[in-house]
Amino acid sequence: MSTVEALSCQEVVELVTDYLEGALEPDEHARVEQHLAGCTKCGAYLDQIRTTIRLVGRVDAASLSAEAQHDLVEAFRGFAARP
Amino acid sequence: MAEVAADDAQLVAALRAGDEATFTRLVSDWSGSMLRVAQIYVSSRAVAEEVVQETWLAVLRSLGQFEGRSMLRTWVFRILTNTAKTRAQREGRTVPLSALRDPGRVPEPAVDPDRFLDEAHARWPGHWASPPARWDTLPEERLLGDETRAVIERAIEELPPSQRAVITLRDVQGWSAEEVRNALEVSESNQRVLLHRARAKVRKAIEEYVEET
Repeated sequence: MSTVEALSCQEVVELVTDYLEGALEPDEHARVEQHLAGCTKCGAYLDQIRTTIRLVGRVDAASLSAEAQHDLVEAFRGFAARP
Repeated sequence: MAEVAADDAQLVAALRAGDEATFTRLVSDWSGSMLRVAQIYVSSRAVAEEVVQETWLAVLRSLGQFEGRSMLRTWVFRILTNTAKTRAQREGRTVPLSALRDPGRVPEPAVDPDRFLDEAHARWPGHWASPPARWDTLPEERLLGDETRAVIERAIEELPPSQRAVITLRDVQGWSAEEVRNALEVSESNQRVLLHRARAKVRKAIEEYVEET
């Protein structure tokens, strides 16, 4: 493994999203994999990002006020009542 | 997503037939993401709420014209962004398009540079000085608890609007990258930059919370 080619941890954390999205060029992807194979710290970072994605998936999106939702349903009734 | 297209036809038919339950469900399922997208363009949450309401009214008015050439959701979000842009112009607000078009212009490190060894470090330049902790050893209920959830919601709330919209659509709502790209009229790489920064900030907020307590 040539040291010229190797990525630093600081570089790897910036490539994590492209890596997870499958958006890296094959050689870049390979360099990230190679780094991760030997670096438990970046492995822990990647796990944290994966956990973050999973936890974000559990939150509720913001919502319209109950009043606004009620008004919209009223409006919908108006539309539905039209011939 | 072929099954969605089949679903879409049913949804549209139900809406046209005046099925209130379907409409109520769509408003409740989609309005949160719609608010986040509207907030990219308009100044306040209150105005964004109005934009979302206006959008739903426009959807009802134009439902007869929906031809099913795009997904219903894509169509609704197109009406939303047009409504939001018009509203922003009326507000005299310059839409901060640079956030969507060129988010990479201002660098924003995912992790505080202080946590890495100096570029000049003799042996390990750019390697972790203060490495991330392992979260898989934390009790699961710690990560899944209400307080952590509140921390995450606050972190999302505090993101710049375009980052907030992207993480909401991708990770809260589970949209594909392509659908987000279409809804926000943003390039693939810019979508990824916004997602990257949003996830990095939420990660940091979780880290600060789980490690301080």
